[in-house]
Amino acid sequence: MSANIPSTTDPIIICRDVHKWYGNYHALRGITMEVRRGEVVVVFGPSGSGKSTFIRTINRLEEHQRGQIIVDGIELTHDVRNIERIRMETGMVFQQFNLFPHLTVIDNITLAPIWVRRWTKAQAEEIAMQLLKRVGIPEQARKYPGQLSGGQQQRVAIARALAMQPKIMLFDEPTSALDPEMIKEVLDVMVELAESGMTMIVVTHEMGFARAVADTMYFFDQGRIVESGTPDQMFSDPREARTKLFLSQILSH
Amino acid sequence: MSANTPTVSKTAEPLPPPTERYSVVRWLHKNLFSTWYNALLTVVMLALAALLVRGVLEWALTQARWEVISANLRLFMVGQYPVTALWRIWACVALLAFLIGMSWGIWGRMQRGGAVAFGALPFILAIITSDEPSRVALVITGIAGIVGYALSWRWGAVVQRVSIIGWILYFPILFVLVSGLDAADSVLPPVPTNLWGGLLLTLLLTVVGIVFSFPLGVLLALGRQSKLPVINWLCVIYIELIRGVPFISVLFMAQLMLPLFLPGITIDRVVRAMAGVIIFSAAYLAENVRGGLQSIPRGQHEAARALGLSPWQTTLLIVLPQALRAVIPILVGQFIALFKDTSLVVIVGLLDLMGIARTVLAQPDFLGLQAEVYTFVAFVYGVFCYLMSAFSQRLEAHLHIGR
Repeated sequence: MSANIPSTTDPIIICRDVHKWYGNYHALRGITMEVRRGEVVVVFGPSGSGKSTFIRTINRLEEHQRGQIIVDGIELTHDVRNIERIRMETGMVFQQFNLFPHLTVIDNITLAPIWVRRWTKAQAEEIAMQLLKRVGIPEQARKYPGQLSGGQQQRVAIARALAMQPKIMLFDEPTSALDPEMIKEVLDVMVELAESGMTMIVVTHEMGFARAVADTMYFFDQGRIVESGTPDQMFSDPREARTKLFLSQILSH
Repeated sequence: MSANTPTVSKTAEPLPPPTERYSVVRWLHKNLFSTWYNALLTVVMLALAALLVRGVLEWALTQARWEVISANLRLFMVGQYPVTALWRIWACVALLAFLIGMSWGIWGRMQRGGAVAFGALPFILAIITSDEPSRVALVITGIAGIVGYALSWRWGAVVQRVSIIGWILYFPILFVLVSGLDAADSVLPPVPTNLWGGLLLTLLLTVVGIVFSFPLGVLLALGRQSKLPVINWLCVIYIELIRGVPFISVLFMAQLMLPLFLPGITIDRVVRAMAGVIIFSAAYLAENVRGGLQSIPRGQHEAARALGLSPWQTTLLIVLPQALRAVIPILVGQFIALFKDTSLVVIVGLLDLMGIARTVLAQPDFLGLQAEVYTFVAFVYGVFCYLMSAFSQRLEAHLHIGR
């Protein structure tokens, strides 16, 4: 559980009966979820269960075709202005980092604050340096992403998302592309972020992380939420057989 | 140690890489005389090369009548451009040297050897030339280059801005200087384009072709990826139509059709040729740029969009810079091809470097000197192509820092 219990109880993200199809394939089959301010949500499940698709609908990288998604009081529709407002309030971290290889680390971080939030360069760089210190790599500011290790790149990606001062952070399997040695350095940053009170949705199989900081866990399978609950409930006493099987498989090694 | 136990290194000390040192004799043996047939091949090839070099040198130094070049040098360089206005061309050259000097000092500090060689070139040419005004102009050009270079070492930050503005302003200035203003003006009287020729015309066609077809090609490439069907289809039709037609016919069409489309307005012959070059080059450029656009992973778009960048910002700040970098070698190859293709404007009656070569060969004094004239023309083309390709390699190296 995170250190500070969410103070307000009103939900910042509301998903009601969210459906998504790829052609004929029914990828999301009615997802309903509420996330409170400051809540840390962990989403896990087998591959193809729709967990990545789901997290990407929240900032409209994927379009949902039925149901309702409301983020910070704004409903996601085809209205481009709403989409851009929501994207300003949500940071996203990807499995493959997706840093901009032609820009230095600091330029990666300051790009969106300068062009979207219209901050001055000096202001943006000052905040970028603070964030780089927070993720532990201020000395890499002038390097290019290609010169960094995977763990360092992912920490830059987190700093880049935080530079927009989002209210919500979305993590799409942030450690899946990393060598085992580097997973910890990224998780440490995420734990620190969770403890600072950030609202987070994390798609991950890092059960240690889930046990340490998650408030709620959702188990996805075949485009549905099979089961949800606190980490204690999930690990000690899962209700569904499918959850039990999956947890036993990923916890066995 | 038994054969089955794996060896475990006791120390983790790094070892130096294995070095191979050869004497000249061992290098020769390894690369040229390693076996009897390699030795035979080496001897035969050396003999052939010696014969060839001897033949070429003998011709070039004793038989060739290079006076055809020196007597017509001005014609080769600027065609029939009036002598009284030649200072305007020299002003363009000196300004160019100044800009190159500044840019070299800012972006090419590592290449000092090249800078010295390039800086010395005008002075060497000044010593060789027998024409007094040209000598003065060459010396001024050389000094302009050196001054630009020196300025950039003293005031780098300011000079960087000045040189970028200078490059942008250079092309309008070039045009005003070369073509002149209206007839009433006594300082810059107009020079009709039928007097433009030689290397001047070749370079103008190339520069205008590159400067205008590049943005047009990028727009066409972006348009071809557009989701709006009208834009998409217009771009596809344009690209496929132009690519399906030989360059010569595009040139002819530009000569004949542009006046039909724009009745009442007389468009200059050279401008029509330029339009042909641009129209043709843009279609190929668009496809090359599209190749670069497609090489950018989806994740780059997604990351940019997730940060809240608008579609235009995503294209201009994230996708295009990476896409263009990826296709620099192809683009430069295309620009070199464009440079050489401009020689086809002879067909529509313009006297570029190749056209001048043919008129020179028609002079009664110089009949039958094809070898000298075409060697010279090839040399000039070769020098410029080499410069373009060397520049692109420097640019690539510069842009790939840290990747």
